[in-house]
Amino acid sequence: MSTETAAAKRAPAVYGRGVTPYLYILPAFLVFVPFVIVPFLRAIQLSFFEWDGLNPREWVGFGNYRDAFTDPLVQTSFVNAFELVLFIGVMPVCIGLVLASLSASVRVPGDAAFRTMIFLPQVIAGVVIGVTWRWIVAPDGPLNETLRAVGLGRFAKTWLGDSTWALPTIGVIGAWATTGLCVALFHAAIQQIPQSLYEAAAVDGAGRIRSFFAVTLPSLRGPIAVALTLTVIGALRTFDLIFITTRGGPGTSTYVPGMLIYNRAFGTNVNVGSSAAIAILLSILVFGVALLIRRIGERRT
Amino acid sequence: MLVRRGNRVATFALLATVALITILPIASVLMLSFHESNAQVRGFDLPDRPHFETYRNAWTTARFSTFMWNSVQISVLVVVSSVVISVLSGYAFGTMRFRGSNALFNVLLFGMIVPYEAVVVPLYHDLKWANLVNTHWSVVLPLLGTNVAFGTYWMRAYFRTVPPALIEAAAIDGAGSFRTLWKVLLPGGRPAVLTLTVLVFMWSWNEFLLPLIMLSSDDLRTAPLGLPYFSTRYSTDRVGLAAAAVMVALPIVVVFVALQRSFVNGITAGAVKE
Repeated sequence: MSTETAAAKRAPAVYGRGVTPYLYILPAFLVFVPFVIVPFLRAIQLSFFEWDGLNPREWVGFGNYRDAFTDPLVQTSFVNAFELVLFIGVMPVCIGLVLASLSASVRVPGDAAFRTMIFLPQVIAGVVIGVTWRWIVAPDGPLNETLRAVGLGRFAKTWLGDSTWALPTIGVIGAWATTGLCVALFHAAIQQIPQSLYEAAAVDGAGRIRSFFAVTLPSLRGPIAVALTLTVIGALRTFDLIFITTRGGPGTSTYVPGMLIYNRAFGTNVNVGSSAAIAILLSILVFGVALLIRRIGERRT
Repeated sequence: MLVRRGNRVATFALLATVALITILPIASVLMLSFHESNAQVRGFDLPDRPHFETYRNAWTTARFSTFMWNSVQISVLVVVSSVVISVLSGYAFGTMRFRGSNALFNVLLFGMIVPYEAVVVPLYHDLKWANLVNTHWSVVLPLLGTNVAFGTYWMRAYFRTVPPALIEAAAIDGAGSFRTLWKVLLPGGRPAVLTLTVLVFMWSWNEFLLPLIMLSSDDLRTAPLGLPYFSTRYSTDRVGLAAAAVMVALPIVVVFVALQRSFVNGITAGAVKE
């Protein structure tokens, strides 16, 4: 960061005169403003109306927000999203930390190939991951058949059709899809830690576990904050996976804000205003999480 | 020495286990897709021989040839335009000083963290008013908007690493700003452009929410949007659905295997943006 700002100060202003720079950025803003910024402002506006999407809309002030705070389905959705944060947000970061720090301290054959495999779900579309896991956890799918084969058949169940197990199952699927990102992030960051720090810790008599907590973890503060921001926001925004697996069911057990925004805007009993209000609440939550994690990441560095 | 060996064994075992857990579901769905169509497959049943009928059925009867072609058209259009637009604006933000550049760049950064769920609903109604809903434009233009925000950020970071002396020298030689960009700066920026290209390709190919909302006629569906179409229409054909899913994932997986470094570097370095 410091080198970047230094470079910026040295940056020449050779072509910075007149309209030239504005001509270069014009095409970007021509697609960015009408298709990202304006619709976001329109979402804020729509959240103050009651509107079925067809007939004239009616100003209701903060009514949609008031309703959102008392609507049990909204509460369920956000509570479910928070539960997904534990799985998709926290679990991959922990697994990633352990894997990356282990594989940085000793070289094992095939470690690069293993990391590539672990990364693979990152590039696969959410709907494909959903279709894949719908098969894995199907009543006669590989997971249940394996449980039966090893004599644990009493644990076999219809994972996505059981209102107790559906949400944790989706959480595990999300964690499965996200772990590779954390491993790659931490693996890249660990390479940057000076070896001398580990040597100093070893001189002080620290073992592997002590030096993990004394050296690795503090040095990874920034990358952990980055990883948590991505995974927590990803968890709060879960949509594709749920749309293709449970659509929020059974009952409302896997309902999440994204599903609610979609259904209120395009399902039956359309209320665009309510949908927009929930979308704005989700946005505030996402911005808040991003700021909070950044604060924590910056402290003591 | 003994402790060392123990470490190595534990590390290997753990890495191999997580890799196996990652690969097994993918391998299992691949196996499923090679069964006969409508076969009653259980667990890890292997096909007697690889069958390709389901791929043929998904390609023709279930119209995946159309869906894949739609995705190719949309992705190519989005990739080419976003890369060109991002190079131009990243160049300005990275090498030029102009009034309002910080404020404008911060607006772009803000756009990168806006949850897209909050944008699509008003966008749908405004595009409907403009008669663009249910055309590929209603997917292409919003995708351009989001990708250009990241792309500008990404290319600006590259242009800032270029030594200012290089740009000054080009200017002294009488090169105009566009000539400097094209002849002097872009050749060294190939890795950055390649990474941006593969990331934008992945994001536009995999996009689901936008086409789900914007496209209603089956002729216009993209490949990911073909999967819910398939599973409502042929709800009992699990083998066919598996084949369709493999087809949707394949183009990106192929690019990933070929250009791993660009992907991993891009996703990890791009993540630091937040």
